Amino acid sequence: MKKIIISVALLGLVIAVSIGILSSKETEQNPLSLLQAKLSDKPAPSVDHTKFAVLKKKFTSPQQVTAACISCHTERAKEVMKSNHWNWEREEYIEGRGIVYLGKKNAINNFCIGTEGNEESCAKCHIGYGMKNSKTFSYTDSTNIDCLVCHDNTETYAKGNEKGGAPDVTVDLSNVAQHVGEPKRSNCGVCHFFGGGGNNVKHGDLDKAMFDGPKSIDIHMGTDGMNLQCVDCHKTEKHNISGKMYSLSSMNRNRVECEECHTESPHADAILNQHTLKVACQTCHIPTYAKANATKLDWDWSTAGKLKNGEPYEEDDKDGNHTYLSIKGSFKWGNNLKPDYIWFNGTASHYLLGDTVADTTVPLVLNPLYGSYQDKDSKIIPVKIHTARQPYDPVTKMLIQPKLFANKKGEGAFWKDFNWERAADVGMKDIDLPFSGHISFIRTEMYWPVNHMVSSKENSLTCTDCHSRENSRLSGMNDFYMPARDYSPFIESAGGWLLLLALAGVFIHGTIRLISSRKMKKRG
Amino acid sequence: MKQKVYIYRSFERFWHWAQAIIIFFLAATGFEIHGSITFFGYQNAVKYHNIAAYSFIVLIAFAIFWHFSTGEWRQYLPTAKNMKAQINYYLFGIFKNAPHPTKKTVLSKLNPLQKLVYLSLKILVIPTMVISGLLYMFYRYPQKGNMEGLNIESIKVIALFHTAGAFLLLAFIIVHLYLITTGATVTSNLKAMITGYEEIESEEKKINTNDEFPEESKILKNEVGHA
Repeated sequence: MKKIIISVALLGLVIAVSIGILSSKETEQNPLSLLQAKLSDKPAPSVDHTKFAVLKKKFTSPQQVTAACISCHTERAKEVMKSNHWNWEREEYIEGRGIVYLGKKNAINNFCIGTEGNEESCAKCHIGYGMKNSKTFSYTDSTNIDCLVCHDNTETYAKGNEKGGAPDVTVDLSNVAQHVGEPKRSNCGVCHFFGGGGNNVKHGDLDKAMFDGPKSIDIHMGTDGMNLQCVDCHKTEKHNISGKMYSLSSMNRNRVECEECHTESPHADAILNQHTLKVACQTCHIPTYAKANATKLDWDWSTAGKLKNGEPYEEDDKDGNHTYLSIKGSFKWGNNLKPDYIWFNGTASHYLLGDTVADTTVPLVLNPLYGSYQDKDSKIIPVKIHTARQPYDPVTKMLIQPKLFANKKGEGAFWKDFNWERAADVGMKDIDLPFSGHISFIRTEMYWPVNHMVSSKENSLTCTDCHSRENSRLSGMNDFYMPARDYSPFIESAGGWLLLLALAGVFIHGTIRLISSRKMKKRG
Repeated sequence: MKQKVYIYRSFERFWHWAQAIIIFFLAATGFEIHGSITFFGYQNAVKYHNIAAYSFIVLIAFAIFWHFSTGEWRQYLPTAKNMKAQINYYLFGIFKNAPHPTKKTVLSKLNPLQKLVYLSLKILVIPTMVISGLLYMFYRYPQKGNMEGLNIESIKVIALFHTAGAFLLLAFIIVHLYLITTGATVTSNLKAMITGYEEIESEEKKINTNDEFPEESKILKNEVGHA
């Protein structure tokens, strides 16, 4: 009896010690409720713009509104004119290239390719008026700042199509000017949800469904949840908005991090918290993107220009997504997509206008994102990879910036004249780059980090989504060993054989023993 | 002359069975973490594996103390004496109902093959598992922390050692479970490890022939008498 008590006491001690050691490692749960209380507290505006005399008049041009804004907010225009929203470029350091002024003026994407020569249309998403040409546009004329596109709180302000950034003629400027305030999702979304020429085309995680969507699309922005606005996370000081997309930036700075609110150890489980060193929050918490509407996955410019009865035409899929446009080519779409996963350390490079392409046998990545397992700053992030075939000059080995948009035929714009050689000639001349007269189409890729459409805790990835032999989400990342996914084929088969031989040996030995003992019994 | 002898003392039996339970549990949770089976759920398997690992380390600490304080560690000193006879017994004699070549006594519980296998478990396999297991647990990705010298570039080597050790332990368990049945009767070894008592050849005769550790023999004999 005494021995049993001692044994039980010892076992108890062992268990108590191990629980003690383990539980001391667990961290306190992040007080989410405190965070929710903090973000729910939205102070009322300190001024009522309807009471300002300077705004109680009939505005005949948007520039007059801007002048009225500046008459009170005297220094704000200077802040805006330092921003990349205004300049369409930012000073960036790119490894191997040095300091460049990177932006829509000199980078190329694999959607509508580039803004150069097409500003009148593209400037619908520039926070300025009168952008006919990025080279002649006055970046120092503060009255051309479009304050309203960001600060309109009536949701009636809209920029006109192909008007160089000017508002639509139907907008009641006086009413809008009297109802301005902090930017809402509607202000940011009107451009950022429609990048690439349609809803959710570019990002895949920024969709018009997020104007007033449920939290099943995005846990933060859901109107049935915290209903956060863009600027709640994209915190802004002096018109410098935090966060940027690596389609047009290169440096590990001014990023919006989940950790700013949720801390680096948000989980109750210590082992989950250890993951944050190498795995970005988005990787587990954004299991799928394009949750509401489809996003564009592939754009083939080489099929563009087909006409029916001399007229351009379009073909749509059953959801209404364009599968073919004469002006743009063929498209592939997808929704509820699993992201691809890559290492990313916050730095990127870019194809810039005039760069020559060394190897066209593999797809040219227009914005390679840097990172590796060995790099201490790298984390695994989810990305959308957008592929395309786009025009290329096989002689100069440069990607072509074609002239796409014009108001009328005959100016060489592809969208009017459907002539690649002419569009390439005019487009490249516009940016002072050579064009040989030959056009081919090469495969390109762009990497779009997925940061929005965050899911609830319950819908996030679980261990075995990555830690599994088959169908691991990280099956494509092979520069590190991951438990459950990886194993040594040698040890696995040697171990298997060892177990098999042990079992067989035991079985054979046992059988012979059984038979021989029976024989001996028979013999007596 | 046979007599019932108290051969496995209470701590020894507790240690043996606790170790057995923990190793089975570590194997089940470990091979789930390895991706070979699915049972507890991955997150639970990791959690339980860690708890079991700490329990195992505590148990090992007690066992080491016990081995040295009682002098039982000498049981595991390898010897070539009788080795050939023992191998011959397992390969041939056992089928002819031949007697065990090594007489089991309190002072020498293990036959030469057991000595060799248990010693390699104690000084090779278990330490490999404990060390690689601790490294696995406390491994913190390259270049993090200030101790550059302690950097481990990848968990791969650690994991491979840990997996190889796990296979060896599993193979040991399979053979061990079978060899339990090769005692004087099919269940006599099992009963001995449960109750502590086993019917073995007269002890007096054996002590006289055992001249390897005469000092310990006397001490042990006294202790056995009191237990």
